[in-house]
Amino acid sequence: MLIELRDLHFKWPGNPRDTLCIPQFSLSAEEKLFLHGPSGSGKSTLLALLAGIQSPDSGQLTVLGQDLAKLSAPQRDHFRANHLGYVFQQFNLLPYLSVRQNVLLGCQFSRLRRQRATGLAGSPEKQALALLAQLELGDLADRPARALSVGQQQRVAVARALIGAPELLIADEPTSALDEARRDAFVSLLFACAEQQRTAVVLVSHDPRLAEGFDRSLNLSELNTASQVDHV
Amino acid sequence: MFEIALRSLRSRRLTVVLTIATIALATLMLLGVDRVRNETRTSFANTVSGTDLIVGARTGSIQLLLYSVFRVGNATNNIDWHSYQKLAADPRVAWTIPVSLGDSHHGYPVLGTNHDYFRYLRYGDNQPLKMQSGHEFSHLHDVVLGANIARRLHYQLGQKLVLTHGSGDGALTEHADQPFTVTGILAPTGTPVDDTLHISLDGLTAIHQGWESGSASLLATTGALSADEDRAVPPPDSITAFYVGLKSRTGLFGVQRAINQFRGEPLMAILPGVALSELWQLLKVAEQALQVLSWFVLLVGLLGMMTALLVGLNERRREMAILRSVGARPWQLFALVVGETACLLVGGIAIGCALLQGALAVAGPLLRDHMTLLITPGWPTASEWLLMGCTLLAGLVVSFVPAWRAYRLSLSDGLHVAA
Repeated sequence: MLIELRDLHFKWPGNPRDTLCIPQFSLSAEEKLFLHGPSGSGKSTLLALLAGIQSPDSGQLTVLGQDLAKLSAPQRDHFRANHLGYVFQQFNLLPYLSVRQNVLLGCQFSRLRRQRATGLAGSPEKQALALLAQLELGDLADRPARALSVGQQQRVAVARALIGAPELLIADEPTSALDEARRDAFVSLLFACAEQQRTAVVLVSHDPRLAEGFDRSLNLSELNTASQVDHV
Repeated sequence: MFEIALRSLRSRRLTVVLTIATIALATLMLLGVDRVRNETRTSFANTVSGTDLIVGARTGSIQLLLYSVFRVGNATNNIDWHSYQKLAADPRVAWTIPVSLGDSHHGYPVLGTNHDYFRYLRYGDNQPLKMQSGHEFSHLHDVVLGANIARRLHYQLGQKLVLTHGSGDGALTEHADQPFTVTGILAPTGTPVDDTLHISLDGLTAIHQGWESGSASLLATTGALSADEDRAVPPPDSITAFYVGLKSRTGLFGVQRAINQFRGEPLMAILPGVALSELWQLLKVAEQALQVLSWFVLLVGLLGMMTALLVGLNERRREMAILRSVGARPWQLFALVVGETACLLVGGIAIGCALLQGALAVAGPLLRDHMTLLITPGWPTASEWLLMGCTLLAGLVVSFVPAWRAYRLSLSDGLHVAA
């Protein structure tokens, strides 16, 4: 299993009740999971936990056999750098860097990912260019990131999340700024790249129409018993 | 990481340039004040050296110092020539330099003295006066110029010039009947000597022969007196002041007391070092005010920098979240902000230092001409390195505020920033 959650509880400081309460959840390696749910169902919180930004109050949160709850905050940062790619809803790029430099940012903080990128393509540089080409951005590598359209920026973000072949890619509403046609193209490019280097994908969206093509689709409000209490 | 910092700075060019300019100007101010202060103090303290006592009519010690050394203001009274002779003959006295002031030339003081002036007067680190060209006065109507006068009035050896009776704006009557010839020009000293015309006491007596209560007599205006260059001139009635060198400094206070209690007329002897430091105490207030002011300028500069960094931080929360998502740790973001600030500071300080050199290159000759202050561009002194180090350190400490905020924000924002 890539991810295993058991009896996980999490409460934001200052909140009277748990935001997240998940009895059981798991994700296998290379699995593509579509996670949806209305706002307030705890999506962002779950992603913050999976990414190691936050640590659970109780319960087990194992990623790649490593219990994240047992790691210190800097160790979790290091773990994230090594094993996780993250795509934001929008504004993914540092506008003052070039497209290529933005992609290389993905292995800036991880020697492991630099090594893997070198193993896959000869050097991190080369893998960056290969990923950009695959995402149909080959000729934009040296453009400043701020010159790109929103759709192009999201694809650069995918290249950054995938460089160095991390085990898991998390995408938080990555298509909400795209129109329907570009949305589907974006998801299929994302899949193609992820499959190639065996990266599992967790894509979060409130839009159930995206679910097509995923191995599994999960409604977080069914998974999260804390939000069920909320709805009663 | 360093490249990210540099590119991030470049993307905020306007703020960055303004911040660097602020720091550069603050540094310029701080270093400039320090340089001028030190040079002023040094050149001030070095105005007289090797002289044990300065004697004049009884007055305030600072006033005596001002007119006898700095040629500022006038003596209230003169010293009778016989009193001078009597005191100079004291067995404890090694040498004396008589000084007679009062006339001027284009606003510059004329000083009547004798050859002992060139022999015994010391300045700076016990340095004797040196001739740049020519020789000491030997005839009645010879004049030796200070370095500044020769340069500013473009006088050369052999040139004739006319002295003016009295000094200040009211001095209009000229000793036109008895022109002087430039026989020597002194090397620059950075002291009031540079601004002085030196003639012999006899020369001074000669041009005033036949003068009654401040105006020329018929005898003087006809030019009858100018004919004979080596005519016998009686000793002067009085002199303004005299410098004293003792055989042994142990007798210093004894001689001083003897002069202060001199029966013939009310006189006073001062220790030039003590009087100089008294005078400096007066000037020090202004100097310190300037220094405090320059520290405030630095403080304002650093606060401005902090404001710019703090304001910029809010716009950069997105940037922080992205860096966090690829695995940057909060302390690395802290370091990023401190590192960026260090770049700004080093840049600003370097530019400020360069500006100072430029300003000194431009203003140096002006300061030399108008204030007799010799400040040249040059590698920073130890105290200037210290000031720059302090600026850098203070700037880095100030940068901890925005850096700490970046750290806190990156922890509380995590990956989630409201766009």
